Amino acid sequence: MKGEIAIQREHPTPASEPVDTLSATRPFLRVQGLKKYFRLRGGSFGLAGAYVQAVDGVSFVVATGETLGVVGESGCGKSTTARLLMRLIEPDEGQITLQDRNVGGHNGMSLRTLRRQVQLVFQDSYASLNPRHTMAEEVGFGLIAQGIKRAEARRRANEVLELVGLEPAIFADRYPHELSGGQRQRVNVARALALSPQLLLLDEAVSSLDKSVEAQVLNLLIEIKNRLNLTYVFISHDLNVVRFISDRVLVMYLGKVVETGPVEKVYTAPGHPYTRALIASRLSMDPSRRVEAAPVAGDLPSPINPPSGCRFRTRCPFAESVCSLREPPLEAFGDDPAHSAACHALIPGSGHSRAPAPGGEPSTRANGAPK
Amino acid sequence: MARRTTYVDETLTPQIAGGRTRIQRTYWQAARRRLVRDPVSMGCISILSLMVAAAIFAPWITPHDPYVTSIVNRLKPVGTPGYLLGTDELGRDMLTRLIYGGRISLLMGLLPIAVATLFGSVLGVVAGYFGGKTNMIIMRVADVFFAFPSVLLAVGLAGALGAGVVNVLISLSLVFIPPITRVAEAATTQIRTQDFVEAARATGASAPRIIIGHVMTNVSSPILTYASSLIGLSIVLASGLSFLGLGMSPPLADWGLMLNTLRQSIYLAPVNAVLPGVMILIASVCFNLLSDGLRTAMDVKP
Repeated sequence: MKGEIAIQREHPTPASEPVDTLSATRPFLRVQGLKKYFRLRGGSFGLAGAYVQAVDGVSFVVATGETLGVVGESGCGKSTTARLLMRLIEPDEGQITLQDRNVGGHNGMSLRTLRRQVQLVFQDSYASLNPRHTMAEEVGFGLIAQGIKRAEARRRANEVLELVGLEPAIFADRYPHELSGGQRQRVNVARALALSPQLLLLDEAVSSLDKSVEAQVLNLLIEIKNRLNLTYVFISHDLNVVRFISDRVLVMYLGKVVETGPVEKVYTAPGHPYTRALIASRLSMDPSRRVEAAPVAGDLPSPINPPSGCRFRTRCPFAESVCSLREPPLEAFGDDPAHSAACHALIPGSGHSRAPAPGGEPSTRANGAPK
Repeated sequence: MARRTTYVDETLTPQIAGGRTRIQRTYWQAARRRLVRDPVSMGCISILSLMVAAAIFAPWITPHDPYVTSIVNRLKPVGTPGYLLGTDELGRDMLTRLIYGGRISLLMGLLPIAVATLFGSVLGVVAGYFGGKTNMIIMRVADVFFAFPSVLLAVGLAGALGAGVVNVLISLSLVFIPPITRVAEAATTQIRTQDFVEAARATGASAPRIIIGHVMTNVSSPILTYASSLIGLSIVLASGLSFLGLGMSPPLADWGLMLNTLRQSIYLAPVNAVLPGVMILIASVCFNLLSDGLRTAMDVKP
């Protein structure tokens, strides 16, 4: 309540607008062809060494006020994507558009402006707080960096600490080691909120917490989102948490987007074999429905030398020759135009034996898609 | 009896230590408190303060003139009335000379280290924070200096610059810049990759601001600890240079120089000859113990 007055949105957007039409017309964030290859050390005599293809041509949109969940195995490029969005790492290629303004470039949005509008919450609550700073110093640091006076920054720090449920009188002058994991993560959220961003990137923000604490922090995040009309990009490997908090989901595999769509569609009718394996690998609460066999066998292939064509084909039970020849594009399938996947078995006329017939009704997918 | 369960949101309750709320202290207040409670550190601080105070007030507390020689009173043993610690080979009072000697020797210990800490930590933090080519240039230059043993380097530099107090100060400062740079760089490289530095970058803070606000607060304790451990070494090196004739010149009182001139009398008056060495030993041991105490006191672990 108290924080609400101070954290006024410049462009308040009603959260009740339908998400799908919104993402098509006026996305808050649009990412196109984002690419980052990390060069490995080595390579003799000045010859270029190998590259890790961390993020390779990722495109997506985030509508104002929605929560986009990003899931995938460790090493699939989720965190790199978040750091590229914040420009903590410079992308090799790709365009980031924030509210119809390009980020970077000659007449684009400056990094300073970007970082006022987009903030990041890290996974490790301890490593992301300076052990020598009190909580008020830590939260106020960014404000002072943005040119706000010390006393005003302190006042604002107390305000956001209160917003995340930490009584400033008790917590403002404490050091990280004097707080519990959940309290530290609340401070991390407070620090991100201090600059009044509109988009919060949550990189595994609740993953390292105990289950009970995780639930508390999740509820806090939802409450804050509703109160401040925020937009979230929620990165996690925990499928249940993503389903709980997200409106739409983006599934990544080895630096690429393999499936995207509304959360219920993706969870109940997954198209890509990888998504299906991920969903199947979730542990059930019901002991009679326990997972007996591992849905995906083997390890993630090396991102230094990824498989040709479809990157999932080395672990895919339905891989055919076409999968190694051509890379499947991300295309809509099924009855929802917002639900798309990158799999030859779903694209009519792709040459895959399970692909629906060219020109056929989209609903034939039920027969054509691999079971 | 009805069981009542209260659900407490753990993340909202303050941690209470020992049943009472803790008194809040800033980091430096807490570090000072830990240092004051360490008897060894406080003992060293007392001894060193005494030495420094004696050196500063030397003209008022010494019983004799440090430069007036007397052939009659040569090499009087320790305990001679009027000459508490005896006299040297030219009949000058040892106590007076040792107190005056502390002026130069302690200066030789503290000033080069202060200068080297300033330059070394700036170079090291810059190299560590920016990495890449900046790091390579700074650290390779430091490595060149590192290739020589510190004694040899000090002798070489002092030899090239010529004898004299100022030249010794300069050469000792140069000798200690590379090791401090190395420590600062290592500490900074470790801090730079931490999430809180990345979070600070994400708020749009500039590099100098992050270095001052986030890097320095974390690397200052290893740098200060290491630098304080070098003070003893600096005193010994300065004494060594004086002993070799590259430092201070004869009439001046300096512990190293006194050791050098009394060397010829070691069979006649061994106790007198050893006294300057004892002073060097006490001072350097105290600085090293104090450095250990500082490291413990500045450790942030609760």
